[in-house]
Amino acid sequence: MADAKTPASRPLSPHLQIYKMTLTMAMSIVHRITGAALYVGTILLVLFLIATASGKDAYALMSAVYGSILGKLVLFGYTWALIHHMLGGIRHFVWDTGASLTDPARENIVKATLIGSIALTIIVWVFVAVK
Amino acid sequence: MQFDPRSLATQLSRVKGLGSAKSGTKHFWHQRVSAVALVPLTILFVILLISLAGADYATAVKTLKNPFVAILMLCFVLAGVYHMRLGMQVIIEDYIHTEGTKLFVLMLNTFFAALMGLSAVYALLKISLGM
Repeated sequence: MADAKTPASRPLSPHLQIYKMTLTMAMSIVHRITGAALYVGTILLVLFLIATASGKDAYALMSAVYGSILGKLVLFGYTWALIHHMLGGIRHFVWDTGASLTDPARENIVKATLIGSIALTIIVWVFVAVK
Repeated sequence: MQFDPRSLATQLSRVKGLGSAKSGTKHFWHQRVSAVALVPLTILFVILLISLAGADYATAVKTLKNPFVAILMLCFVLAGVYHMRLGMQVIIEDYIHTEGTKLFVLMLNTFFAALMGLSAVYALLKISLGM
């Protein structure tokens, strides 16, 4: 602390590249990435609400952008990130209780959330398509 | 907790039990409480998105004007921006190690969450009450 400018060469804890990738580890990373994506995605929600609050013209413009191919692609990704992050959160609630932490169980719950998020996202968009 | 006679901690800090970070498990707990709230709110939000996909202006306004929809949207947005601010704070603290930059980015994180939250609340209230 005497000379704060010189960084002390203390040993650092090993990071991602040191460990062999496991499924739970990959999903932990995905949970963080989807969280960060949703953080940015909040802009989409706010723009939708502001456009609706601003009147007919702004709403029509927003609808055209969000309804375009690119817009739908982004919204599809947003939907998946939202559902995946939510299921990941539920997985963490289960783990918080101490359940499903043993060998096959923790991998199974991870697979269930991944399959669940993809399935639910497709179901949501099927609903959107057929309505 | 067993009293350690060699401990340098004051009796007050032992009773508080918050440790060296001085906030104990508050951050973790708030993350989890907002996450619990967000599970049902996210499900309702996705249902709302399905019902509003491709909707015309009048339908969108009429739907968002509904008090139940508006109140639940306010809950979703406020729980959401609080939760995402906590989450992004952890990401920032994990990856940015320069003290000044970290402090600055943490401030931006708070400002962004507040801006998103207030914008959404403003728009929702304008739709509900002002149009």
